[in-house]
Amino acid sequence: MAILICTEHDNAQLKPETLYAINAAAQLGGELHLLVVGYQCQRVVEQAAQVSGVAKVLVVDINCYQHHLAENLSNVIAEIGAGYCKNNTQYSHIFAAASSHAKNIMPRVAALLDVAQISDITGIESANTFQRPIYAGNAIATVKSLDGIKVITVRTTAFDAAVEQGGQAMIEMLDIVYDLKLSEFIGEDLTISERPELTGAKVIISGGRGMGNGENFTLLENVADKLDGAIGASRAAVDAGFVANDMQIGQTGKIVAPDLYIAVGISGAIQHLAGMKDSKIIVAINKDEEAPIFSVADYGLVGDLFDVLPELAEAL
Amino acid sequence: MKILVAVKRVIDFNLKVRVKSDNSDVDLTNVKMALNPFCEIAVEEAVRLKESGVASETIVVTVGSKPCQEQLRTAMALGVDRGIHVETDDKHESLNIAKLLAKVVEEEQPQLIILGKQSIDSDNNQTGQMLAALLGISQGTFASQIELSNDKLVVTREIDGGLQSIALTLPAIVTSDLRLNEPRYASLPNIMKAKRKPIDVTTPEKLGVKLKSHTQQLSVSAPTERSAGVMVENVQELVNKLKNEAKVI
Repeated sequence: MAILICTEHDNAQLKPETLYAINAAAQLGGELHLLVVGYQCQRVVEQAAQVSGVAKVLVVDINCYQHHLAENLSNVIAEIGAGYCKNNTQYSHIFAAASSHAKNIMPRVAALLDVAQISDITGIESANTFQRPIYAGNAIATVKSLDGIKVITVRTTAFDAAVEQGGQAMIEMLDIVYDLKLSEFIGEDLTISERPELTGAKVIISGGRGMGNGENFTLLENVADKLDGAIGASRAAVDAGFVANDMQIGQTGKIVAPDLYIAVGISGAIQHLAGMKDSKIIVAINKDEEAPIFSVADYGLVGDLFDVLPELAEAL
Repeated sequence: MKILVAVKRVIDFNLKVRVKSDNSDVDLTNVKMALNPFCEIAVEEAVRLKESGVASETIVVTVGSKPCQEQLRTAMALGVDRGIHVETDDKHESLNIAKLLAKVVEEEQPQLIILGKQSIDSDNNQTGQMLAALLGISQGTFASQIELSNDKLVVTREIDGGLQSIALTLPAIVTSDLRLNEPRYASLPNIMKAKRKPIDVTTPEKLGVKLKSHTQQLSVSAPTERSAGVMVENVQELVNKLKNEAKVI
């Protein structure tokens, strides 16, 4: 039995999220196979083969997978996951990092295999028993899988990353075509930012409704610049239209756990706490001393953010 | 075109759930229940498509015990034409819900099926994708905008780092993200009107769907709570603490 790990990439670069899924899967002790599906993704394959602890990299490099459309991708993953014919490899688990990419694809893979998906695991008890947060992290469920193949997505903040170097995996090319034409890629509008990605940043400074408007987020940027930090937002700030949804931290946005999380003008609704309460150090800046955010903060500062932020940028 | 919206009854999003003292599950006795917020967005989108003339009929379906009909009424008060209640236990897993919904889709033949991307209780984010797989049709998850254009449904999706646009062949599954729309409030006359709208009640047996368990919940525990730290007086003290005490900057 081996474990299949679906890699995430843009055909050029292996996404760091995958490293967490690899390390989580490694806890089970089986042989690790990475699956790279894409088009002209040779560089990703090279990166994947170097990750420490990986025995084999399976590659499906065909133009119908260029845009990683869910219908095509889920079919090829399910076919390989169901039992990869060469050397009679059987898979006990299929792992992926719980990113928006995997959230799109993996449940579809699970349904094709007629098995459950165990989403967003934060702990591994045994080969079939996992822990996962439910109710916005206000409860932790211990769930046992009764399926032959276990489809698992991994909350990256709960695991360490696998080492990117030192491995020497075998590379095997597969020729499996699913060109279903059910959906068609039109385009992408990606935020180009010099800042670190939210899910990998060591420091995050987030704004809530208290920021008042989107322009005021520059006050956060001035602080983030000093700390090489990423900028996040609460759902309230996204709802109010201040900033884009991909900055949202919380139950249904991104889950982060940086070394330092600075919450500014964020009251601390349970939905927001669900996305950041595993941060190492939490700082809350709010003018309302009763704000629930202070109950999870290591350091709280009651004050007007419009005074505090410039002063903080200056002091750093 | 006909639109089917699948919805879920969940704990009201303002409430914090408690874990039972025997760690068997969360305690939902006497807790206020509501329509899952993402399902509400899905309902609103269907109603808007009907209002703009794209949809000819809107149907809302839910799977669960009798009280789930309250959420069907809520959806109909927002403007959905009729309801379908698949009456069964409340604790079905996503794959089984998807199997029941797939049967309803086969019977109703909608061109578009809209679901919320995630329920705020089990936090799985699975059912829509699984339903699409079972039906072998296209999917546009985490939608922030949808538009019908030449027989294709153009979906703008929220992805890590930005937005992606795809065109789906119909029939299609869409799961709603936060910014798809802002749901309306039901007016009193519409709430009254919703009481007279029809709800068809069926069961997994009547639908001919055999279900089995794929997972077993062994226990539910409360997370380790963070305790509150200290309050600082000013920015200087904060920077000092971060540098010298927490050593994170």
